[in-house]
Amino acid sequence: MTVTALKLPTSVDAVIALLAAENYVCDRRLATALFLSLKLQRPLFLEGEPGVGKTELAKTLAASLATLLLRVQCYEGLDIAQTAYEWNVSRQMIEIRLAEAAHAIGGEADRERLAHSLYSRAMLIERPLLQALTQPQSPVLLIDELDRADEPFDAFLLEVLAENQITIPELGAVKAVAPPITIITSNRTREIHDALKRRCLYHWVDFPNVERELEIVRLKAPGAPERLSIQVVEFVQRMRTLDLFKVPGVAETIDWTNALLALNAIRLDPATVSDTLGVLLKYQDDIVRMQSGDTAKLLDELRARALLE
Amino acid sequence: MIAENIVHFARVLRTAGLTIGPDRVLAAMSAVEAVGLERRGDVHAALSAVMIDRHEQQVIFDAAFDAFWRDPKLLEQLMYLLLPKISGRGDKVRAPRANRLAEALAAPRPAALPNPANQTAQEELHFDTTFTFSDRERLAQADFETMTAAEFELAKKLAEQLPLPIVPVRRRRHEAAATRRHGSRLDLRATLQRMARQPHTLQPAYTQARTELPTLVVLLDISGSMDRYSRLFLHYVHGLTRRYLKVHTLTFGTRLTNITHCLKCRDPDVALKLADEQVHDWKGGTRIASCLDEFNHRWARRLLGANAALLLVTDGLDRDEQGELSRSAAQLRRLAHQIVWLNPLLRFDGFEPRAAGVRALLPHVDRFLPVHNLASLADLARALRGGTVAPGRAMHSHPAILN
Repeated sequence: MTVTALKLPTSVDAVIALLAAENYVCDRRLATALFLSLKLQRPLFLEGEPGVGKTELAKTLAASLATLLLRVQCYEGLDIAQTAYEWNVSRQMIEIRLAEAAHAIGGEADRERLAHSLYSRAMLIERPLLQALTQPQSPVLLIDELDRADEPFDAFLLEVLAENQITIPELGAVKAVAPPITIITSNRTREIHDALKRRCLYHWVDFPNVERELEIVRLKAPGAPERLSIQVVEFVQRMRTLDLFKVPGVAETIDWTNALLALNAIRLDPATVSDTLGVLLKYQDDIVRMQSGDTAKLLDELRARALLE
Repeated sequence: MIAENIVHFARVLRTAGLTIGPDRVLAAMSAVEAVGLERRGDVHAALSAVMIDRHEQQVIFDAAFDAFWRDPKLLEQLMYLLLPKISGRGDKVRAPRANRLAEALAAPRPAALPNPANQTAQEELHFDTTFTFSDRERLAQADFETMTAAEFELAKKLAEQLPLPIVPVRRRRHEAAATRRHGSRLDLRATLQRMARQPHTLQPAYTQARTELPTLVVLLDISGSMDRYSRLFLHYVHGLTRRYLKVHTLTFGTRLTNITHCLKCRDPDVALKLADEQVHDWKGGTRIASCLDEFNHRWARRLLGANAALLLVTDGLDRDEQGELSRSAAQLRRLAHQIVWLNPLLRFDGFEPRAAGVRALLPHVDRFLPVHNLASLADLARALRGGTVAPGRAMHSHPAILN
């Protein structure tokens, strides 16, 4: 197999430019962490609230490097057969039946040969983790929401992350042809084991500041008038300082802008905000709280800053 | 020069409680080499990506980095000053142990007063290994509140060894099963391995869902009215934490404190002393509602995943202003897999939920059990073992009162 090397960015600025070309606005700290992960060939562990663009980063990276994206979506009970490899059992069974029918299983040597052919690479079904190791060009491997998987899966990942290899008992170790670019995301619904974090670079993805969020909204909701975008971003930014159970992420800001566009709203007013709160907030307690006074308060604040004309 | 500075910086961070091994120092050097030294922000981001592994450490890291950038020497002094305030692992855990060692090596200090009661307490403590069965029996039934000092000391020791109060839950992960049972699945891979080993035979292999003890989260009320119970309960929880790692403990009185790390220390005295230092509201008042609220916001999503069981240890003696407590409790109920309320007041026959706090909490818990002596603690596991708890549960408006 011929290995084709990826053209990787050579500086932090190059990383920012690369992602910007794919409409991903990324702050310098995140870009530095990503640059280092590419340069030092270490997995990047991204933690943060839902909807701050962790998964999106992996997708964008794969697109901008023009390489394959392999994704493992985690859930409880996830095992090797679903993530790494699986033996093609039905094919193996047919092989055995054929050998039996042909009376080809006589002596010890025949049996040995059969066993050998049963556990060859051709009999192996590759799942994302193994696929990531067998590509001729480094793919982007996204292990999404690792906190949803259980601890045994963390332990299984250690070998893949540290050595870029998977040991298959019947076959031996499969080592990466071109080491994958690994990005792990977590919403922190449980603490990931230190042994796994130790093998990664860590970055906490925070909510963006006003300027950057505005830039994101302009890119992702291009149809929105400038005035509305500013109001939306200021409103959401202010909302994040309230004591809500789940504050809205950037994804919600974009959704909300698009929702307001769909409703032909040209600026925020109490009725529209109240009707569309479900796009921003996903907990009934939070919605009730906003509707009982906080919406009006925030809108008054915006008006006081002359943003609502 | 750079290498020296990074090693120095790593040492400072280690003093502050971050776990930074030599591997991270090496990674830090290559990281700084990769981004270059032109921009301060880049160096900061690079070092922080390599050296920290949880969000909480960022504050410490930022402070250390700022100070280090100005004057490395000054920072070191600063860190030593700050040390008691920064919570983390590392040297901090070791310090009290050294004290203890010093105490152990020093000559026994004479008691302030030759108090006869004090004397007997000391003596009885020495004899705890020869404590007879009937004494144990009596102690098991004695109420924590009415125990003598000596009995209480003994009870603390016994509490360390009581069984786990949780029952296994069924997981979605499968494991090899010896025989075929209800709910087991055919394991084709293992079946085929058997076939390859023994041609002309077919001996199917099965897997079954794994059962596992869920994470246990303990919310412990340490207000004045709970004092004795909570002290003893802490010993119990320390015993649990030592034997079973998936226990998280938070105390609440007027504020919420996570003391899980403190209790991980093997020695009960050191662990409890660490917890003591961490908690500032012992024997204060209670603000159950605001503490539950804080728990819901800050901890629930991080700790209550994977069918965690929540033990709420409180007497519920609080007001329920404007339904705030019942609102918080209802929210908690929606987040936790099961809530078990342990209430020492339940020992009194004819206990009625009169206090507003009790009435507010009661509809939102799954079980309501007494906890006032060792026997009730030891029975927790049995009381909760109403068969294994399947994921997803029926909502019931009134919790079963077991006794």
